[in-house]
Amino acid sequence: MSDNLKVGIKNICREYGRDRSRLMDILEAVQGQFGWISSEAIDLTARELSMPRAEVEGVVSFYAFLHQQPTGKAIIRMCDGVSCNMNGGHNVADLFKKELGISFGQTTSDGKITLEHTSCLGMCDQGPAAIINGTVITHISTDTVKEIVHTLRETADPRKLVKTFGAGQNADRLIQSMVTNNIRKHGPVIFSVMEPFLALKNALAMNPAEVIRDIKTARLRGRGGAGFPTGMKWDFTREAEGQRRFVLCNADEGEPGTFKDRVLLTECPHMVFEGMTIAGYAIGAEEGIVYLRGEYQYLKNYLENVLAERREAGLLGKNLAGKAGFHFTIRIQMGAGAYVCGEETALINSCEGLRGEPRDRPPFRAQQGYLGAPTVINNVETFCCVTRILEKGAPWFAQIGSQASSGTKLFSVSGDCNRPGIYELPYGITLKDLLVEVGGEDAIGVQVGGPSGQCVSPAGFNRIICYEDLATGGSIIVFGPGRNIIEIAGQFLDFFIEESCGWCVPCRVGNVLLKERVNKILAGKGEPEDLAYLEELGKTVKTMSRCGLGQTSPNPVLTTLQNFRGVYEKGLKKPLDKMQRTFDLDSALQEAVRIQGRQPVHFQD
Amino acid sequence: MDKPKVATASLAGCFGCHMSLLDIDDRILKLIQLVDFDKSPVDDIKKFTDRCAVGLIEGGCANEENVKVLQDFRRHCDLLIAIGECAIMGGLPAMRNGIPVQECLAEAYQKGPTVHNPSQQIPNDPELPLILDRVYPAHEVVKIDYQLPGCPPPADTLWEALVALLNGKPLHLPYELIKYD
Ligand SMILES: Cc1cc2nc3c(=O)[nH]c(=O)nc-3n(C[C@H](O)[C@H](O)[C@H](O)COP(=O)(O)O)c2cc1C
Ligand code: SF4
Ligand code: SF4
Repeated sequence: MSDNLKVGIKNICREYGRDRSRLMDILEAVQGQFGWISSEAIDLTARELSMPRAEVEGVVSFYAFLHQQPTGKAIIRMCDGVSCNMNGGHNVADLFKKELGISFGQTTSDGKITLEHTSCLGMCDQGPAAIINGTVITHISTDTVKEIVHTLRETADPRKLVKTFGAGQNADRLIQSMVTNNIRKHGPVIFSVMEPFLALKNALAMNPAEVIRDIKTARLRGRGGAGFPTGMKWDFTREAEGQRRFVLCNADEGEPGTFKDRVLLTECPHMVFEGMTIAGYAIGAEEGIVYLRGEYQYLKNYLENVLAERREAGLLGKNLAGKAGFHFTIRIQMGAGAYVCGEETALINSCEGLRGEPRDRPPFRAQQGYLGAPTVINNVETFCCVTRILEKGAPWFAQIGSQASSGTKLFSVSGDCNRPGIYELPYGITLKDLLVEVGGEDAIGVQVGGPSGQCVSPAGFNRIICYEDLATGGSIIVFGPGRNIIEIAGQFLDFFIEESCGWCVPCRVGNVLLKERVNKILAGKGEPEDLAYLEELGKTVKTMSRCGLGQTSPNPVLTTLQNFRGVYEKGLKKPLDKMQRTFDLDSALQEAVRIQGRQPVHFQD
Repeated sequence: MDKPKVATASLAGCFGCHMSLLDIDDRILKLIQLVDFDKSPVDDIKKFTDRCAVGLIEGGCANEENVKVLQDFRRHCDLLIAIGECAIMGGLPAMRNGIPVQECLAEAYQKGPTVHNPSQQIPNDPELPLILDRVYPAHEVVKIDYQLPGCPPPADTLWEALVALLNGKPLHLPYELIKYD
């Protein structure tokens, strides 16, 4: 075994040129071959790459999909996202526990099946969902749990559970997934016919500065959430000093409720890669990387094949599309189950084979990004817009949408509505109109932009979706009558607690304290002063955290406090004494009573 | 006019915070001109004789008696001040948090390297307070009005805080008294 391991790891490291910046790929390959990453494997890898053992272990321990313990032959990762749970995910999860006779985080005694929870899988419109050894299983019901468990016990092959394939490319021989696209509304920018490769041809007919000028004229802003003007970002990177430059595509799509990038990668991969190539031309980069979240592993072979097709067609590689002197390649970097890696500096760290922790800024990644070189990072959808702008022209794009927010936006809609799925709609639409479109008119609240965005009450349904008012990376979760808004805010906090990288105290500790106080209110023990506490602590976490995760993590609490104050206030009671109602002496003594076999002492007051 | 009353208690602490209070040296004479001590180890009064203006709490709650005493203090004092790391955060005793009670007892009375206990009996006299599942900082059991950090807080911190409070003046602590690294 040990010799096996030695040879295996040596070969894997050699395959990646003993390049420690490829540690993510190396560790994934080691796990792929040996099932998990043992202490011995860490030693051997560290030795092969001439790096400290602690650094290798640091990386292994950071990522949810890398295992330091042996796991079952099949690993069921049950989505713990709010949308899946609104669709009955909790019941399915309970049934899995019962059927398997284990809790989450455990493996059955026959070593066949491991049960785990995972943050949002990006299947919000077809949940409850789980991912089993890379195979996505959607629409799980309490009826199908038995069958899933039975099949996995018999064969350990989750592909046997996929009986029908989803529409479009989901049925491609390299995907063959039951995931469906649910594209409900086609718009002019993304989901309409495209003249192949015209965009790239048009771009290469101009000089790079003219391409950037076009992106600026189109007033394109980033679709990943923050909405930074794309042309300006490219200019900064183009002007920065450096021998090499990089174009990174952010396909980490971890914000709960967001699943549009999955559909884009499935249906429009050429559009994405063409946009990246155009970006490469514009900023003078020769290398591109798609950072694909580990949950979308099932798309990898398909995407690799599209890349191969483009290479064969001369649309990637040296002197591409006949343009002498312009070279561009794209590789896919797999993530391993960490939401924070969607944050751009964490994404760079992850691409470099480090723990996916955000970096301090400055230096900015336009100057010093991947491998210290000037780097552009854009969202999948942003690159699609780039391609369309170069195909149709900047003025065409700029006249769609509203003045400051041009173009269309993809919305991933889930929750309590009749038609969940993907909608391409122009910027400037009101939330109310969007709700009519998706069949969610009776909503009592809408989460716009995922947990890091805001929870809007009916009083705000006239608000307009655009960068100036209600900004969103695309996540729309509808809450129907009867939903408990505070409980949902609490679940979103759990998400941030789980996904915080832990580097800064306000984010690591503050969110736990927020959650404790929310739990107190949910338990009916809330007091008026708790609301002020939540607001003050939330503000501290927002202002004192290092990266966007911590800076937005109190939003579920703060925006519901703002928009649903009445719901919070309803359960509050003014206390008559100064005791803490959350402290329960009897339960604190339960353990000791059991162990010592006697009742508490009765002290006289 | 009656002098305001002060009470103090040491819960799951090491008495270090009380020692620090005594470290105000001869200012203790000034202090007893300003206040009367009620229930406190300083004067060994075991039960509250009256309502108090201020209660000083050293240590968190490790057992049921700590809880009862702390709740008693809350009922009898207008203001409660948690003094020292143990009262504020649980401190050293809270290192057992996360370890099951059974293991803690076994380590303390049976398996610990310095334990000599041939009968392997774990103390279980009916008069011994039972221990809690974990050590709770004071503010998780009752509401606490102020906290004075330190392990222990320096005598000057305690002195300045008490004098400011009794005179109704704002408290200005120099940086040296509240920095701990
Ligand atoms: C915690 C966190 C997670 C993020 N996740 C993503 C993501 O999954 N996809 C994405 O495109 N941007 C994500 N972002 C935003 C990126 O940091 C970055 O702003 C974006 O990729 C830039 O591309 P754009 O300008 O095209 O939107 C995330 C930001 C934070 C703080
Ligand atoms: S804010 Fe949170 S996720 Fe971001 S660096 Fe700090 S601890 Fe990590
Ligand atoms: S804070 Fe320090 S000095 Fe005070 S009781 Fe605790 S250990 Fe002792």
